[in-house]
Formats: sequence, structure tokens, C-alpha cells
Amino acid sequence: MPEQLLFAAEVTLNGLMAGVMYSLVALGFVLIFKASGIFNYAQGVMALFAALTLVGIQDGQIPFSHLINTIFGTEMHDFGWHVPAFLAILLALGVMILFAIVVEKFILKHLVNQPPIILFMATIGLAYFMEGFGDLMWGSDIKKLDVGLPQGISGVIDETTFDWFGYGFFIDRLDIAATIVAAILVSVLVLFSQYTKQGRAMRAVADDHQAALSVGISLRFIWVLVWSIAGFVALVAGIMWGTKSGVQFSLSLIALKALPVLMLGGFTSIPGAIVGGLIVGVGEKLFEFAIGPMIGGATENWFAYMLALLFLVFRPQGLFGEKIIERV
Amino acid sequence: MKLTKLAAVAAVALTAASPALADLVFPSMSYRTGAFAAGGIPFADGYQDYFTLLNERDGGIGGEKISVPECETGYNTEKGVECYESLKGLNPLILQPLSTGITYQLIPKVTADGIPLHTMGYGRTSAANGKVFKWVFNYPGNYWDAASIMVKHALEQEGGSLEGKSIVLLYHNSAYGKEPIRTLEELSKKHGFKLTLIPVDSPGQEQKSQWLQIRREKPDYVFFWGWGVMNQVAVQEAANIRFPMDHFVGVWWSGAEPDVLPAGEGANGYKSANFTGTGKDYPIFADIQKYVVDTGKAAGDGTSLGQVQYNRGMYAAMLAAEAARKAQELSGVKAINAAQMRDGMEALQVTAARMAELGMPNFGPEVNVTCANHGGAGVGLIQQWDAGAKKWVAITDYISSDRSVIDPLIAEDSAAYAKENNITPRDCK
Repeated sequence: MPEQLLFAAEVTLNGLMAGVMYSLVALGFVLIFKASGIFNYAQGVMALFAALTLVGIQDGQIPFSHLINTIFGTEMHDFGWHVPAFLAILLALGVMILFAIVVEKFILKHLVNQPPIILFMATIGLAYFMEGFGDLMWGSDIKKLDVGLPQGISGVIDETTFDWFGYGFFIDRLDIAATIVAAILVSVLVLFSQYTKQGRAMRAVADDHQAALSVGISLRFIWVLVWSIAGFVALVAGIMWGTKSGVQFSLSLIALKALPVLMLGGFTSIPGAIVGGLIVGVGEKLFEFAIGPMIGGATENWFAYMLALLFLVFRPQGLFGEKIIERV
Repeated sequence: MKLTKLAAVAAVALTAASPALADLVFPSMSYRTGAFAAGGIPFADGYQDYFTLLNERDGGIGGEKISVPECETGYNTEKGVECYESLKGLNPLILQPLSTGITYQLIPKVTADGIPLHTMGYGRTSAANGKVFKWVFNYPGNYWDAASIMVKHALEQEGGSLEGKSIVLLYHNSAYGKEPIRTLEELSKKHGFKLTLIPVDSPGQEQKSQWLQIRREKPDYVFFWGWGVMNQVAVQEAANIRFPMDHFVGVWWSGAEPDVLPAGEGANGYKSANFTGTGKDYPIFADIQKYVVDTGKAAGDGTSLGQVQYNRGMYAAMLAAEAARKAQELSGVKAINAAQMRDGMEALQVTAARMAELGMPNFGPEVNVTCANHGGAGVGLIQQWDAGAKKWVAITDYISSDRSVIDPLIAEDSAAYAKENNITPRDCK
């Protein structure tokens, strides 16, 4: 096989894997938008907050220690224990559920029937509040996240492809893990929404709030449920991206990677988030590989948005989004 | 009545927040929040702690107390300019914006307002030409010095020749990241190595394409110009593709503890340039512990003492304080103003003996600023990360940059700036 073709195949595979990482972030947006019509600006910060909380719990860090030490003149930083990864993930999930309850109680409940732009504004406020709150609670230093996920080149793939083609492909084991996790996550989400009472209620609310209310579905419970699930998805995304770069405040910027995925896949479709992620991942990587060197490189950020824009022109609702027809 | 009370409270709060009129004002334009806070906090702490030490131990500089009003820039250019506008009313003696983007915006402003700007190891490189940039200083080194120092280190590793070798510059796709390109192009002509430029868009969380390209091209060295999350991701990706870490060399803004800790053992052997010593093995830290940390006056919780960025902040404060001392000496006035401070900076000499006297022996390069040379000697060292011990270790002495390449570039770039802005270069004879 010609060398350039092998390189392109390697780039494509890596693009698919990167796309899965983008999809993980986009999923959280889709879940909340689908169920409540809210574009949750805070989704990236939720991933950051979830990851900060996970590392904080794992390392036995005392929350708000800086504040406590400043006020009381103490020198407390951690409890001196290390929580196993699985238990820490469960506890972090618990915090995200608590967060969902607080958001519903103090924000969403008061904004029922408000136009979507008001709810969007509320999530902007929420994002900045959470960023500051996370800083106060866990500090702003970069933390190493280790929940036992593998990282680095996959030796098996490297050797196998070398035997086959004379060129070993690079695939990061973390990306493989992310792909498996994303597949499980999407399957569980689909099964949950199709086959459980709460899942069906969630879909009913997504279809028509008022009709759902009229048959006795609690809107408030569904919102808590949806924000909890989005919090869980944020935790998963935070783990994957945090393992890659350490847990730090720029983690919230991963939301920027999710936007073109949403524009492409549609704001209301879980499969759309996955397919959109894959198209963006492969598209930007191949473009950077083939065209990037001719035009100075660093094309990935703008190319993803250009690709999404192209899709928007021809299919405004995205690939899998619902076409909303409003009749007068 | 309520309004009157509120106004009174506000007036008291403002008075409390502002420095006393007689204070020497050294503002700290810091970034303790946002995506770049991990690098900004220790620098700001080191900067503030040094001045607190001078106040507590020596009663200030020449008997004049120091105040360090802080303004949060968030490493954001617009906020940085806002900070400048709010700080200039406090009669600052010197401003250190800690961002190349902010620096570019402030150069014309400080020139018009007459406030010295010190951009230590960043900013506009050609500001080293004091004939054109009267109010801007970038001693002890600039980006072009760093590029040259990195090439010199590679030369030393390769037995004195880089002929036929290949070097990739992996850089932040911004004014900051593009700064070394011109120098490296000149150096590649001089030493015969092939230079490949690979940009990474900000913030740099996803660098798969770039590292796949590096893996395909198998360069002999990767030089790295990153900042923020780009640093951690690059170090991790280099470890992932098993790039030999001792051939991966970052600029001094890509070589602090937070840049390498997340990658764990994988970061072992990664190198970076630096212009200050690392660790706490200097007498000054005993004083900082005694007068600042133990008395509860430290800017942080005392855990960042000795870290790369903390030491750098402390060094920046020391240079500012020494320039203020020089200014007091030259003017015969204790409560100096910004213009006198500028004169002090232009006559600054920090010798090895003086650094030892300050409890910082060999902590940084000797500095000798003149009217024409605002960039100092342009020296730096190479440090290497020891992942096992979790510390940076200096592996070279201070290396001088290649003046034969850099000086003509500075002359050319500053001449272009002078022409663009109708500046007649000063006569420095």
C-alpha cells in the first residue's frame, strides 16, 4: 500500500477516535436540549466541575480548604486518605445529582414558561458561577487524574499493522477506552429512554411539556433526572479529557469542540451526536493531513465549524435533528 | 441617609484598597483565575512575597514602603488593558503584564504615559533595542534568545554540528508562538538543519494531528512553544508516541511543574529553557519563610515556594526592586516616580556578587542594562524534569544566545517599528 495511503488510514482512525471524544461532550448538550429545550452553556463547566470533584474526592482533598484556612488560620489541605477510583466516581456522581437538584430548585423552577433565550442566559450565569465555585472548592492547580484508564500507544495495533503493511499505526489506548465507554454509554442511554418508565416520561416531556404534565408526569422530577444524566455524561467526558491533559480549568473549553458536532448532528439526536462527532473528527484530521501543510496548518478549529456551516446551509436541523414545522 | 452611609463605606473601602500616597507602587497584573491560572498563581505569589519580604525585613526600599496592588487580567488582552487603565492612576513605577498579547497593546500606551514596561522573557522581542523602545525593557532574555539557547544546546548534544538534522517547532498559533520562527529560520541556514513548522490552534487540547505528523517525520528534535493546556497535552502526546523526551525541548513558558506533573512518569527527561534557578536551596527562602510565610503574610499558602513560576515571579520582583534602588541612588530621591524608575532600569546592573548578597547566589543571570540594550545579556539555562523526584534539575550552566544572528534581527525589526510609528531612534552615545 502506498505510504501516503497508510498515513491517511492512520489519520482517519485517529480522527474517528477524536470524534468519539467530541461526541462525549456533545451528548450532554443533546440530553438537556432534547428534554427541556435549553441550550446548556454550562455543559463544559459541568465536565470540569465533575472532574475536579472526582480528583478532589480521590485525593482526599478538603473542599474549600483555602477559604477555611484563610478565615480560621488553620493549615488543613487534605484528609490524608485516598479513595479508590470506583468509589470516588460514585461519590462524584452523587455530587452531580445534588447539583442537578440545586439547579432545578434554585434556577429552573423559577423560569418555567420563560422564553428559551432566558434559560440560555441562566445557563451562562450558571457556567461562570460554577467555574468560580469549583475554583473556591477545589483550587485552581492542575491535577493528575488517574482512574486506571490505559494511556499511550497500543502496542498490539502498532505491531499488527507493522506486520501487515510495514508501517505501525498509532492508536492511543485512552482513545480506545473512550470509544468503548461511549458505546456502552449510548447503549445504556438508549435502553433507558426506550424501556424504563422514567425514560419514557423523559421522552414524553421532550415531545410536549404540557401534554406530559396533563398525564401526571412531574416536570420537576424529569428536569432533575435529565440534569443528573447530563451530569453523569459530563463526568465521563471530564474523566476522558482530564486523563489526557490533567484536570484544569481549560477543560471547560472542550464545549467549543462540541458545538460543530451539535450543528452537524442535530441538537436533539443522541445518534446524531455520535455520528456528528465522527464526521467532525475524521473531517478535521484528514483536512489537516491533506490540505493543512499547504496553507500553514492549524486548520482543525475553523475547519470543524466550516464543515458544520456547510451542513447547516443544506440541512438546518442537522443530520438527525427534528425538523420543526410550526403552523399558524 | 442610607445613600450617605453607603457612600461613606465605599469611600473607606476605596481608600483601604489604594496604596498610601508615599508608597512605591509595583502593581501585580496577575491571572489567578481561568484557564491559565495554574501558571499565573505561583508567579504572582512569588512577585508579591518578595516585596512583602522587603517591607517586613527591610522596611521597604531605601526606607520607602512598597505596595503591590493586584489586578486580575485572566490572561486576557482586553482585561489586561482595563487593568492598565485602572492601575495607571495609582502612579505605578513599573508594569509587568505577563502576556505577549497585553504587551503589544500596552507598548504605545506606556510610551505615551511614561510608565516603564518590563516584559521578562516575553513580549515584543525587538523591544530589546532601547534606542527605539525607550519605555520598554525585556531583560534578562527574550524569545529569540531562548530559540538560540535551545539550538546551542542541541548543537552541544550533537557534538557541535546540526548539519542534516531536522528540528520541528511545535508552536502555539499566536503572536507568542510565532515569535521564534524568524530566528530559527536564520539559525537553520547557519547550522544546516531542516526546520519544520507545526502550529497548534489555541487552546491546544487536541494535538493528535500534529503528533502523528511528528511521528511520521521522525525529527531529531522537537522545540516547543506552548502555554496553558497545550503544554500538558504536548508532553502527554510526546510520551504517547514514545518520542525521546531528552530531544523534546520547551521554551521557558513550557517548563514548569504543572506542565509535566499530569503526564507522570511519561514526562521524565523532558527539557526546557529557563532563566532562574529552581528549588528552594537559596538563603532567601529562609527569610521568606520567616518574615512572610510564618507571619501569615504570604500571598499563597506557602506550598509553591521553589516552583519554577514562583521563583520567576520572585526574580522579576528582585529586578524591579534593584532598579528602584538604582533609581533612588541616581535621583537622590527616595520616593521616586516612574521616569526616575525608568532611568534606574536603564542603569541596572545586577552582578553575581549582588545576587549572593541578596541571598540568591547564581539564582539568575547577571543583568547589565544600557540605554541601547534593554534586553540584557540574553542568557538562559536548560533544565530537565526528573519525574521520580518530581523536580526540575538544571543540566547546563547559563548559555549565551547567538548575538551574531539575533542582534541584526532586533535591529531590523525595531527599525521597521520605528518607521511605522514615526519614532526617531534615540542617540545613546
